[in-house]
Amino acid sequence: MTQSRKIRCALIGSGNIGTDLIYKIQRSAVLEPVWMVGIDPASEGLARAREMGLKTTAEGVDGLLPHVLEDDIQIAFDATSAYVHAENSRKLNELGVMMIDLTPAAIGPLCVPPVNLRQHADKLEMNVNMISCAGQATIPIVNAVVQVQAVDYAEIVASLASKSVGPGTRANLDEFTYTTSDALVRVGGARRGKALAIINPAEPPMIMRNTISCLTDEEPDRERITASVLTMIKEVQKYVPGYRLVNGPDYDGKRVTVFMEVAGLGDYLPTYAGNLDIMTAAATRTAEMFAEEILAGKIRLQPLEAA
Amino acid sequence: MNSEQSLAGRKVIIHDMCLRDGMHAKREQMSIEQMVLIATALDAAGVPLIQVTHGAGLGGNSLQHGFAPHSNEEYLTAVTAKLKQAKVSILLIPGLGTMRELQSAYDCGARSVHVATHCTEADTSPQHIAFARKLGMDTSGFLMMAHLNTPEGLAQQGKLMESYGAHTVYVTDSAGYMLPADVKARIAALRDVLKPETEIGFHGHHNLGMGIANSIAAIEAGASRIDASVAGLGAGAGNTPLEVFVAVCERMGIVTGCDLFQLMDMAEDVILPIMDHVVRVDRASLTLGYAGVYSTFLLHAKRAGERFGIPARDILVELGRKKMIGGQEDMIVDTAMTMAKERGRLPVRG
Repeated sequence: MTQSRKIRCALIGSGNIGTDLIYKIQRSAVLEPVWMVGIDPASEGLARAREMGLKTTAEGVDGLLPHVLEDDIQIAFDATSAYVHAENSRKLNELGVMMIDLTPAAIGPLCVPPVNLRQHADKLEMNVNMISCAGQATIPIVNAVVQVQAVDYAEIVASLASKSVGPGTRANLDEFTYTTSDALVRVGGARRGKALAIINPAEPPMIMRNTISCLTDEEPDRERITASVLTMIKEVQKYVPGYRLVNGPDYDGKRVTVFMEVAGLGDYLPTYAGNLDIMTAAATRTAEMFAEEILAGKIRLQPLEAA
Repeated sequence: MNSEQSLAGRKVIIHDMCLRDGMHAKREQMSIEQMVLIATALDAAGVPLIQVTHGAGLGGNSLQHGFAPHSNEEYLTAVTAKLKQAKVSILLIPGLGTMRELQSAYDCGARSVHVATHCTEADTSPQHIAFARKLGMDTSGFLMMAHLNTPEGLAQQGKLMESYGAHTVYVTDSAGYMLPADVKARIAALRDVLKPETEIGFHGHHNLGMGIANSIAAIEAGASRIDASVAGLGAGAGNTPLEVFVAVCERMGIVTGCDLFQLMDMAEDVILPIMDHVVRVDRASLTLGYAGVYSTFLLHAKRAGERFGIPARDILVELGRKKMIGGQEDMIVDTAMTMAKERGRLPVRG
């Protein structure tokens, strides 16, 4: 049976992430991008969204609100900033729109699809946070190790091509650091976590790299950890085909290190910007899970009462 | 008029790096007692600024950069309590250190900060520079691996840091790759665009033996702050050797306010005995300077080389070819593993 009905979506924020999301959502069998919300009428992202057939407003989220019901918007993706997300989320939740948060605001539960998406969908969360590109690229590996044995400390290093890092991330690197470090613990399952970010300007641009190190309590069970990591990589590859193991797992005492590379699909930015893709692909995967449940009649989104 | 005469009477602020860059040379293993001993000797010799943190700065304690035996707060508290005239500074690399750690370092007595970014990424530093200024700290923007940007490009990056509030902009030769003409061109380009009251600094590494010559070239082109370390205790072949630099300044009439003989004695009697290896230009550190590789990579490459059976020099040259920058120490093991696979020393996963 072919799925004819799709869940209609709004994208808030017309920067790199918002623009790349259009491509990902247009490809989805269950989602349809309808609105793009920006704040600058001259922005390239809004112009591109119009070319791709979306309705646009440069009035911020307030420009979208009057159209939510008539256009039957049920899911919104917020790729603005941590500072405005809370307000955006409140206004849209009141209209029964579910929020996928791609900012470091993290007011809702943190979501890494292969680790905990199922439980968020079951709980009918109205706001889920996608952490950060580095979080999406590394937490699955941390969790794969945690599934085998206890991890006292997880540390990740994300190396990003300079051209793939937008002005918002650059000006707010601390938020990126805090949100990602916190998620290594809360979602990854390590007892303590630390995230490091490096922006490399090499030309041609380097593909996003992530190094994940875990310190296990006991001597690492090499065979089982390697198997768990390889299984997890396959899970991520279902929505990010360019998620690739370069080296490892390397075992050095109680330290387990995995060296990953993330190539993007080359939708909005070239393939080196895997950081963009892993974020937008994870957000799309998350929205699809909710959409499938809505379409199957298993869940019904309800307006949230203003607190 | 020759340039030596023109520098007579110029005042230069010397900033010692033994207790920060020197941490790299000690694999981050310096005791509180060693820190206090070195800091009080520097203070007595009249060195006005002393940098104290993990080698990678605030937030540096990590698997990536090594764990020191003490927190930055413990080192800072111990050192600042003992100083009579010198101010203590710290290093903060955004992406590693955060404003929370900056506040904490300030609370422990730090009053000056190098906010460091790669030489093309100054726009990752605005919140940290602004916060340091809000705390009332002497604030420098520190442009690392400066040989990887053109003089004009570097000047634009310096201008950004000035616009965020930096009092001083540094040209940082992290790889010890630059020659005096490279230094002069970059300092002069900065001098052209920065406000007259914004100072310019130079931080050298001695990998090609150019630490002193480059620092003098920097002063000739308008720099007024020079980073150095006694006996060169620092990453790679070390920083500009401070006591040698002070001797050269005295010969040239440059005013540093430091006591040469005390510094000489300190190099010999305090620093040399605590070195794990003699910090000098050797095969591997010369490779850093020659290939333009981040000096801190040296000891990491030696260890990865031993683990995977690849000469450290081969790893360093490959890292230079792949344009790895400061902070990418994880890519050293990754590169060694990839090279080991290519050379049949490590199985390739099917």
